[in-house]
Amino acid sequence: MKFLRNQLDKVKHSFEKGGKLEKYFYAYEAIDTFLFAPNTTNDVKGAQIRDAVDLKRLMMTVIIAMVPCLLFGIYNVGHQHFLAIGQPGAAFGDKIVIGLWQVLPVVVVSYGVGLGIEFVFSILRKHPVNEGFLVTGMLIPLVMPPDIPLWQVGVATAFAVIIGKEAFGGTGMNVVNVALTARAFLYFAYPTDISGDVWTYLGDAQAVAGFSGATPLSVAGDAISTGENVVASLNTFGAGWNEGVFTLQNLFLGLRPGSIGETSTLMCLVGAFILIVTGTGSWKIMVSVFGGAYVMGLLLNLVGSNVYTQMPAYYHLVFGGLAFGAVFMATDPVTAAQTETGKWVYGILIGVLTVLIRVFNPAYPEGIMLAILFMNVFAPLIDYFVVSANKKRRLQRATV
Amino acid sequence: MGKFIRLKKGFTINLKGKAAPKVVETDQPETFVIKPTDFFGIYMPKPVVNVGDTVRAGSPLFHDKKHENIVFTAPVSGEIVEVKRGEKRKLLEIKILADKKIEYENFRKYSVSDINNLNAADIKDQLLKSGVWTSLVQRPFGVVADPAVTPKAIHISAFDSHPLAPDYGILFKGQDQYFQAGVDILKKLTSGSVHINTHATSEISTVFSQVKGAEVNKFSGPHPAGCVGVQIHHIDPINKGDVVWTINPFGVIQIGKLFLNGVYDTSRIVALVGSEVKNPQYYKTYTGASVKKFIDSNLVQNHVRVISGNPLTGTSIGKDGHLGFYDHQVSVLPEGDQYEFLGWIAPSAKKISFHRAIGLLSFLSPGKERVADTNTHGEPRAFVQTGVFEQVIPMDVLPTHLLKSILAEDIDEMEALGIYEVIEEDLALCEFVDVSKHKVQEIVREGLELVQNS
Repeated sequence: MKFLRNQLDKVKHSFEKGGKLEKYFYAYEAIDTFLFAPNTTNDVKGAQIRDAVDLKRLMMTVIIAMVPCLLFGIYNVGHQHFLAIGQPGAAFGDKIVIGLWQVLPVVVVSYGVGLGIEFVFSILRKHPVNEGFLVTGMLIPLVMPPDIPLWQVGVATAFAVIIGKEAFGGTGMNVVNVALTARAFLYFAYPTDISGDVWTYLGDAQAVAGFSGATPLSVAGDAISTGENVVASLNTFGAGWNEGVFTLQNLFLGLRPGSIGETSTLMCLVGAFILIVTGTGSWKIMVSVFGGAYVMGLLLNLVGSNVYTQMPAYYHLVFGGLAFGAVFMATDPVTAAQTETGKWVYGILIGVLTVLIRVFNPAYPEGIMLAILFMNVFAPLIDYFVVSANKKRRLQRATV
Repeated sequence: MGKFIRLKKGFTINLKGKAAPKVVETDQPETFVIKPTDFFGIYMPKPVVNVGDTVRAGSPLFHDKKHENIVFTAPVSGEIVEVKRGEKRKLLEIKILADKKIEYENFRKYSVSDINNLNAADIKDQLLKSGVWTSLVQRPFGVVADPAVTPKAIHISAFDSHPLAPDYGILFKGQDQYFQAGVDILKKLTSGSVHINTHATSEISTVFSQVKGAEVNKFSGPHPAGCVGVQIHHIDPINKGDVVWTINPFGVIQIGKLFLNGVYDTSRIVALVGSEVKNPQYYKTYTGASVKKFIDSNLVQNHVRVISGNPLTGTSIGKDGHLGFYDHQVSVLPEGDQYEFLGWIAPSAKKISFHRAIGLLSFLSPGKERVADTNTHGEPRAFVQTGVFEQVIPMDVLPTHLLKSILAEDIDEMEALGIYEVIEEDLALCEFVDVSKHKVQEIVREGLELVQNS
């Protein structure tokens, strides 16, 4: 380690003020501080000691929380591939190979493009490379369909980082969730590549007879016109080639088509556990998103105007990307409500909106993405009311 | 009757090197220093002594040009050996080479019964002349109190919850009569009551428990329960336009001694603490003492930072430095100017942390005393994580929003969000726990100065 440190110290001066490569100081700094926690000490006045936590560690914690989803996603992409081409007996290793083959390039492109842009901006804007993208770079692949063209991943990442974040001033300043910006960009710019039959990777192989690329959400949506019971339609779906793929139990486990990392409610809950135990993600937001969606589902049961509204409310919790959104997207501290009371309101409204969009808006079968983006925009308003209440209490006290 | 307030939020930083309950009397240091920079609200300190002058304990050293009646006096008798100035000739410190035996300036003596007949004007006059006045701190802003104002209450925190804080039972042992006299005098300066805020779960010194004529409140909970600003917030909060005063029990005792004995007696007990001190213990000395004598041959190693005050709010003074005016503690910590390979992710149960992010294991054994160095443990970043400050500040203020309003220099917003209720020490824990390493205390002071000068 001493050798590495000496090498860094040797080149450091050329990046410092007056050095030849002064322009690239922050790029150098990013690498140096990644390898070695810096030797900076606290000021003469003020706190002489600091907590051992820093933003890098915080972000790393979130990434670790996403690993179960990623690993499961890799397996599931392969698993769904073999089911769809009629080889249900394929070996575990083959499934992993296919999964890696599809998923890793998406991860590499996402990180490559995003970090590249971060470095360029840090040099141009003369600010340190922030760690925010470490998490975003992993979130983006996890919400992509398995056979998304790589150039689209690149374009979406670039759009999200430049327009969604850097235009607002970088990490900590963005209004809407960066990873969801990337997904929303694809959704509206290339709708055919991110909806319809894209949730299973087929490759060059022929799909098995009876194969359908439908998702549970679209099955539930279609049930409205046929009038068939949603649960029954879900339970019979996949007969002949992927028996029981949309049963409640399997929806929870996540062995079903969908975005790379979002299919398994179970893995999302493992992630939620890590985030909550480490105090990194707000449990208030997670609980209130789930709670809001469930209560809205129950209310719709009372209305009961069609088969979708009559579906048991708990199905909403295992459908689509609700769990993933609640655990990893809604809890982004920069774009969520920042007051503790506000977090409850913010989460509940995300849950409610998600279910409303799913059930009443046939154009968008999945509601969580739009619900979170929408509430990102409204989070400052929620905080405004919470902060105003705090001010009012202070004012009332003064006038009594 | 006083109140009993249970605080839940906060974080007690449990460091190694607490002082053993032993007061050592050694040779007194040679030099003593008074630093105008220890006091807030001083516009232009003007020295009234020159190098070579001799002073007695209680003789004026300098005063503020805007408030000429607030006099800062010598803590010991001796010869002025240095008047140190900085940029633009700003007065930084006045150094006294102390006499072997301290001679005192004579002030008027009173008997206990005389004290009851004193009026506020006479009290103020004597406090101001002697320099004892400067231990009265005014809220809002944490500045030296303005003699022209009558505060709505006076608050005394009777315990210190900061890391490695000295035990007030040892600091003020046997000073009961002076403390009582001090309280009797303070009562005449306020329109409200004198509050003494004690710790509910530890043994309370008779100095505080036997006192008459004051409201004795009880507080329980982790740090910052001992911060007087937090206590005020729960007893009788400061609203816009209010003025309250705070004073350390040491100042109260000084007031008592000034009136009963007629002298400005700055003898104080100071705790020398920290992981790098061989024998952490208490020393008897005077205000502004050079710390060199106490530290010499009492260190574990030499690459250390010497702090006047506690590790959370103190000031680094160097091994030749002098004690700050309001400090009863010298903390010696390892200097943290080392690189650490992959230090941002390496797991550690040694490093102290409020957080539980991956690899931070100190939460598993919260009762264990730990060594903390002065490394920043990371680089400054924009605000990202939310909800953490709220967990360590047991007040109905929104720290993040308050800090942001200060950064935006929005004075109306600062007022609405409660800037009058805080000074640096009340939010110092935010600076410690901050993931993004903001200089919270510096920001708070900037805000206070903006509001004060607006």
